[in-house]
Amino acid sequence: MLEEDIALANMALDLVGQARAVLSHAGAMERAGHDEDQLAFLREERDYRNATLVELPRGDFAFTVLRNAMAATFFRLLWARLQASSDAELAAIAAKAVKEARYHQQHAADWVVRLGDGTAESRRRMLAALDTAWPYAAEFFADDGVDEAAAASGLGPRWSELRGDWESQMAEVLAEADLPVPAASKFLSSGKRGVHSEHMGYILAEMQHLQRAYPGGVW
Amino acid sequence: MTAVPAEQASARVERAWAVLAEVPDPEVPALSVCDLGIVRDVRECGDALEVVLTPTYSGCPATEVIEQSVLDALAAAGLGPARATLQRAPAWTTDWISAEGRRKLREYGIAPPGAAAVGEGVPIHIVGRRAAAPVVPCPRCGSERTERLSAFGSTACKSLYRCVACREPFEHFKPL
Repeated sequence: MLEEDIALANMALDLVGQARAVLSHAGAMERAGHDEDQLAFLREERDYRNATLVELPRGDFAFTVLRNAMAATFFRLLWARLQASSDAELAAIAAKAVKEARYHQQHAADWVVRLGDGTAESRRRMLAALDTAWPYAAEFFADDGVDEAAAASGLGPRWSELRGDWESQMAEVLAEADLPVPAASKFLSSGKRGVHSEHMGYILAEMQHLQRAYPGGVW
Repeated sequence: MTAVPAEQASARVERAWAVLAEVPDPEVPALSVCDLGIVRDVRECGDALEVVLTPTYSGCPATEVIEQSVLDALAAAGLGPARATLQRAPAWTTDWISAEGRRKLREYGIAPPGAAAVGEGVPIHIVGRRAAAPVVPCPRCGSERTERLSAFGSTACKSLYRCVACREPFEHFKPL
């Protein structure tokens, strides 16, 4: 499992790099003197606008690879569209990130297939992971005022426009893995509006305690 | 590497390129930062030399080290003052690794990348049991009988392979 440990760390490194680039740029656009660290470590919970899927607890390896496949498939589609953003810096960040997301998607999809079409135990775990993770995908595509403003200014697409491609790519992976595409449910999470699951507070406590205990501390 | 038009390149800029050709990449020290294609331009801005660098990966931890070693090398050669500018667009691709760089990679035991097929038109390729992976020849014995052990290696830019013919494990610089 050493290889997989390294692979996950490498993908995490890409994601941290992408987050740093986007947060630095957001801080510059905001013109309130916030740098990437202040935006990452000192916001209040309601000010984090992330899809709820990414704040769910770690779970087992089946859950990890399924969540990664769902997120990477989404990010790859989003970065691809952001390459045409009216904001030149965001377009440049996207052109780099889309190449990385492609490797993440491919790697996670490979594992979904291996586990789904693997042993009875690995298949049982993939089915359980689908039950847990799948309902959180609906949030990706639920447009709100942010999507309307982004589409109007040319900053980026409405996320609902990515739904068709996301569903067909995920269906292809699940078919290869001999796993069913779960039925749609009415559940709609709301992390991207700042209303988070109960798991978010624990993540922020771990991530922020050092900056809150020692404001401005650097290493 | 971006060739600077001869009529514009001052002696200082030319010397700077020669110095940079000796600055190793911290993660793949067999290659210089020029071989890797991350030095996009060297120009004079007033008194200062400006070196334009492009990051390989968004999260590459070597980026800051590279900036510092570039500035240190220029200072040591008496070409300062100099500053490094980070340029994201166009995004770096392994296609920018020079022919010389590819030769050095192979000698170092790392299989160089093939052409980067990262166009958005390329469909997702599920590397399952049924899918065929691209052939990566062994950098030691040249055999094409190799197999991938892991999609990610010691750094984000490499994956791990094994040669079935000579039995040696090796790293492959992934096309990006």
